[in-house]
Amino acid sequence: MRTICSPTHLIAEREDDEPSAIFFYVFSTIAVISALMVISSRNPVHSVLFLILVFLNASGLFLLAGAEFLALLLVVVYVGAVMVLFLFVVMMLDVDFGSMRQGILQYMPIGVVIGIIFLLELLLVAGSFVIAPQLSGVATVPIDMGVQNTKALGLVIYTRYAFLFEGAGAVLLVAMIGAIVLTLRHKVNVKRQDPAVQSARRPADAMKIVKVKSGQGL
Amino acid sequence: MGSDVTSFASLAPIFPEMAIAIGAVVLLLAGVIINKERSVGISYAAIVLLLVVAAMTVFQGQDGILFNGTFIADGFSRYMKALVLGGSAFALMLALPNAVEQGVHKFEYAVLVLLATLGMMMMVSANDLMTLYVGLELQSLALYVVAAIKRDDSRATEAGLKYFVLGALASGMLLYGASFIYGFTGTTNLPAILAQVTAEDRSIGLIFGLVFLLAGVAFKISAVPFHMWTPDVYEGAPTPVTALFATAPKVAAMALLVRLVSNTFAPIAHDWQQILIFLSIASMVLAAFAAIGQKSIKRLIAYSSIGHVGFALVGLSAANQGGVEGVAIYMAIYVTMTVGLFACLLSLRTEAGEIETIEDFAGVAQTRPFVAAIMAVVMFSLIGMPPLAGFFAKWHVFLAAIDAHLYLLAVIGVLASAVSAFYYLRIVKLMYFDEPRQTFAAVPNELGIIMAISGFLLVTYYFTVGGPLASVAHMAAGSLF
Repeated sequence: MRTICSPTHLIAEREDDEPSAIFFYVFSTIAVISALMVISSRNPVHSVLFLILVFLNASGLFLLAGAEFLALLLVVVYVGAVMVLFLFVVMMLDVDFGSMRQGILQYMPIGVVIGIIFLLELLLVAGSFVIAPQLSGVATVPIDMGVQNTKALGLVIYTRYAFLFEGAGAVLLVAMIGAIVLTLRHKVNVKRQDPAVQSARRPADAMKIVKVKSGQGL
Repeated sequence: MGSDVTSFASLAPIFPEMAIAIGAVVLLLAGVIINKERSVGISYAAIVLLLVVAAMTVFQGQDGILFNGTFIADGFSRYMKALVLGGSAFALMLALPNAVEQGVHKFEYAVLVLLATLGMMMMVSANDLMTLYVGLELQSLALYVVAAIKRDDSRATEAGLKYFVLGALASGMLLYGASFIYGFTGTTNLPAILAQVTAEDRSIGLIFGLVFLLAGVAFKISAVPFHMWTPDVYEGAPTPVTALFATAPKVAAMALLVRLVSNTFAPIAHDWQQILIFLSIASMVLAAFAAIGQKSIKRLIAYSSIGHVGFALVGLSAANQGGVEGVAIYMAIYVTMTVGLFACLLSLRTEAGEIETIEDFAGVAQTRPFVAAIMAVVMFSLIGMPPLAGFFAKWHVFLAAIDAHLYLLAVIGVLASAVSAFYYLRIVKLMYFDEPRQTFAAVPNELGIIMAISGFLLVTYYFTVGGPLASVAHMAAGSLF
């Protein structure tokens, strides 16, 4: 039974804590700095690149926590797909980010006030975080320590969580239908390929053999 | 690690969901194969499927907990599922006439409504925070698309986008709250959370999680102060879509809220009661006063629905079985009234299209007496005039509040109800005492039938369905306590 309070606590529990503690601080420092750069850099392309750096460092943190599947997923899905899509959007849509920033000073005070309130509330909550004694019988580490992440996921996802898995599948189906309904336009007079017609074509339909008499041409 | 589903027969409690899911996929394939811009057959098939599944949940429903405690079917979930399915079926029926003009003629509309209904059923049957979230996302995502389905209309796309952005924010809050609850109880399973939550040593983090969770759900039922999106989305979306928004999703989110507060978090009733009382009073009062200045009929309906959510929350604030019973009855009557109201609204059409402002109702009684009569019945029922159904809905929830010694809440509720009578009666006055300004097209048959059913149920509620409904609601509420 292992209860996790904070990443540092987690790392302290590992056998050889010296090197991983260093890596933890390296990854988290770079992640925090590049997260700041995401929202402060002027060039949106730089923001996207810094966001990729955040994701890479976050996946390093996942690796340290023993969640290698999540780490790989983060790199493959977020860096590989979502961020590339972001870059496309930023480059193709030519959004005027300068004008979006105009109101920032106007909204800054209320944003700061709400931020401070949230920070205080979070500190209040974090300060009260205790592991309830009666919890030890209920809380379970979701993944058996002896099994690899990927295998453990495979063991539960189609059995224990089959219902939720199907539900997530329905969500994806809705996303697909929605994207098609909202964007697909059937244009008239568009010549489309019809493989059945193409393969059913016979030489007799398509070709005409003409005997050309010499000296006359067609 | 194994599954508790051992045979096909052991899946019986989830048969309704399976029927809807398979039906949606089959109809989607059928629509793609038929490959026509409009296929009425698919809409009819979806309506029949929804009604058959509703009958199945009512008469053949089996109770049980499945999939390692993530899914629950009990009396309460079956009652609410029947309402959700019925609401969706009638909303699809309302979309049949003039579908092309409303932009809801594509076969994907029926499929998306089916999938949204599937999400609502998952919400109603959620026995785990994860099921709750997956169901909520399935429902919301389908509804975002449906709101913008008239994609060449700038108001509809604006409504869809607004709904999407604010809905994503609400989902984020809900998820944040769920993560707090998981962090402070160590489980996502609702009965296991119930076992962890005690009134004496509740941690502040748990309360935090509960507040965020309630904020997320309050957005979905559009309770004040999370109601901002409602008038804009109701006004911008095509009217049949608005009819859907005002019925089934509200019932599902309300059912979710009822299960969360009166079952899972019952030990800390004192904490959530304050939140619900605030939401209730704010919704009733704001809706009563904000609706007075409205010119657009759909904005008026939006504020009216906000107010009715406030009234339903009065019952839930009571934190007793009578209150939950009152909410169950209230939602059933609310769905009936809303369906009738939208049937009237959709059947009044001029050459210029559907009517938009309240002034357009002038003199309807002289040109379309039947529509005017049903509309008047619905309006009086929405006010809560005895012996119409709306009176009994309010009576049940206020009674529960009095039982729980929430006198102030009940008094404010009655006063808000009196204020709201003004804008409902103004429509009746316009219909009966003003001169007609325009001529209306003939009423489509489907709408006539829906209006007749709704009007009949509202007028004869006390003598026909009232008794059975109350006993069914009693059983439904009993399964939570």
